[in-house]
Amino acid sequence: MKSKTDVSLTDFRKETRAWLEENCPMSMRKPIKVANDFYWGGRNPKFSSEDQKIWFERMLEKKWIVPYWDIKYGGGGLSQDQNNILTQEMSRLGCRKPIYSFGISMLGPALLEFASEEQKMKYLPDIVEGKIWWCQGYSEPNAGSDLAGLQTKAVDKGDYFEVTGSKVWTSYADKSDYIFCLVRTDFESSKHNGISFLLIDMTYDGVSTRPIKLISGKSPFCETFFDSVNVPKENLVGKLNEGWTIAKYLLTHERQMIGGIGETDIKKKLHQIALENLPLIKGKLVDGILRNEISNFEMDEEIFDLTIQRVTDEAKTGNNSGALSSFFKYYATELNMSREELILALSGSDGLVFEKNYKSDGNLARKFCRSKGNSIEGGTSEIQLNIISKRILGLPS
Amino acid sequence: MALIISEEQKMLKESAAELLKIKSPVNSLRDLRDQNYIPYDKSLWNEMVEMGWTALIIPENFNGLNFGYVGLGQILEETGKNLCKSPLISSCLLSSSVINLCDNEVLKAREFPLIMNGTKTMTLAIEENSYHKPYDFRTRAKLEGGNYIINGLKTFVIDGSTSNEIILVTEIAEGEIGFFIINREQKGIEIKNNILLDSGTYSDIKFNDVIVPKENRMNIKINGKELLKDILAIAYSGIASEMLGIIVESFDITVSYLKERQQFGVPIGSYQALQHRASKMFSEIQLCKSIVIKSLQSIDYGDKERYKYSHLAKAKLGKTIKLVTNEAIQMHGGIGVTDDADIGFYMKRARVLQQLFGDYNFHLDKLATLNKY
Repeated sequence: MKSKTDVSLTDFRKETRAWLEENCPMSMRKPIKVANDFYWGGRNPKFSSEDQKIWFERMLEKKWIVPYWDIKYGGGGLSQDQNNILTQEMSRLGCRKPIYSFGISMLGPALLEFASEEQKMKYLPDIVEGKIWWCQGYSEPNAGSDLAGLQTKAVDKGDYFEVTGSKVWTSYADKSDYIFCLVRTDFESSKHNGISFLLIDMTYDGVSTRPIKLISGKSPFCETFFDSVNVPKENLVGKLNEGWTIAKYLLTHERQMIGGIGETDIKKKLHQIALENLPLIKGKLVDGILRNEISNFEMDEEIFDLTIQRVTDEAKTGNNSGALSSFFKYYATELNMSREELILALSGSDGLVFEKNYKSDGNLARKFCRSKGNSIEGGTSEIQLNIISKRILGLPS
Repeated sequence: MALIISEEQKMLKESAAELLKIKSPVNSLRDLRDQNYIPYDKSLWNEMVEMGWTALIIPENFNGLNFGYVGLGQILEETGKNLCKSPLISSCLLSSSVINLCDNEVLKAREFPLIMNGTKTMTLAIEENSYHKPYDFRTRAKLEGGNYIINGLKTFVIDGSTSNEIILVTEIAEGEIGFFIINREQKGIEIKNNILLDSGTYSDIKFNDVIVPKENRMNIKINGKELLKDILAIAYSGIASEMLGIIVESFDITVSYLKERQQFGVPIGSYQALQHRASKMFSEIQLCKSIVIKSLQSIDYGDKERYKYSHLAKAKLGKTIKLVTNEAIQMHGGIGVTDDADIGFYMKRARVLQQLFGDYNFHLDKLATLNKY
């Protein structure tokens, strides 16, 4: 006997599948290949194709841009089970996310947890509608792994804060409309206790950005400078000097995002790439050692996906450890780096082409270079291992 | 299918943990090895029978518990944690599965009650090489009149020294695989026992013109090759379950030691060099837990991908058990290489489990072959 909930979930899956099949344009079901394939929204939104626009607008109308948020904030009001079904069905069809947004994956969860009702009503619907492109202002030139050592200061000037300092590794700051920022508001207390969480409009006087060129040759990150920027007090989220709590909460979401939780993108199987590039003898790759390495990698990749599922299932029964996000971040990034390393090995000299790459699946050498940042951004692998050893294993400091 | 165990399975696991903690601490393995060697403790085995463990995978119409492989896997994980010796793998995981999956109904009605009440134990004689090569048979079963005449040599037979019945699998004719149940007392059987690294007994069994009546053939209409494929998937997943117990326990023992052992005036676990290695092991163990439950579930639900999951399980657990038991000894320092410390016993059992039914390179090769590269 199926319970009532099971039946309604089965119906929901059927309806969802049918809707996606009817409404997701075929070109939006293909894997992401180039930067233009991402839609970011913002005050000056740029769609790279008509299909991209259609897909975003249909999902927006369906209220599935952020399906699990409350309806009053523009979400779809789906239950966790329904949302899982939607994610699975999107993944099954290979649907791209209609919008890529740090507003959805990082700032939104923090606002839901810490912001005033007024702030939630002001910012969340705009995030859903893709009206504001958010970037993150966390790291500083002298505060990377030691994030709490940040020095960008916000001085209380009565009805506003005056912000001075600089941030680094701000993703797409040159294209963003707003930045959520960690700033120092108390200079006397210990380093974790004097931090606040501020929202700053990138068009305010005194804000400037400079792109950072990476070894991949691209510039997804910027340095962002604040020169006596006046920020209204209403832009403070949570309590003054208690921003570190928000920062930690948000970092957990960032790690989960990097760790692939809730990901719908499908990656091409490594052995398929191998079969396209390398000869077989008697049905086996000639290079037996590379074959073993591919098999070992695919083993870990497949079991890691199962682990996301297992931990999600366990969380439903109330068995949850926030520190596990460090494990996911650590493992997912190490896997991705192994993947890029192996793809480069599989591709021989073809994979090294840097200026122009005729291969249809993107520029391998640039992606390879870019992957070197995976185990650094969002907290280095070593920081994640520190967190696991202290918070999960309970090893002494 | 959610990747978690049910409340019932959880209770089974907890009751196993409780029994084994009292009745089978690691020290009992030391005693068993050092004082008038015996392959396993018979009184503990009787308690396992009482607990119903021999009935776990036997169907309800034969008065079994029909608890499935996820259930049996929980028990095997606990025996791994305690390094408990018993015929659970040879008799319950392997032999009962062959009887259950074959189509000799007379045999089921006759043997299941005897296995369940502990009167009999059985084992599976499969290997003929010192490496796992499951389809490479040199033993021969020739049909002459109403009997099969069996000749050949089987090796690495788990509990061959104590099992009442031997289930032999071999090729009968080109591409035709047969399973036979043979009493150990049968004329023409020579059993040579070896005590291996883990203090367990494994046998080389020679068959010299052994006469086996036709009705002792277990697969009548069922394709022997398909049956063997399923038995192997069960073996890989079940052994991976015990490996998980070894991994989890040796890791826990080691983390406790890191907190306890003082050098330079501080616990050695305060050193980042050791912390990071421990955290990496923790991460690999997360993956191990996921694939073990997935492969057991895939067998219980007849998932067509069960073969792949069983290879994934044995490969991943093989890789990780090597990492964790080696790190465990290194992190224990000098005490880790002494016979006084328990940790060495985990390393020894780990190495035997690694070879049983194929090491990680064997399974990585199979996975590549499944994906046609």
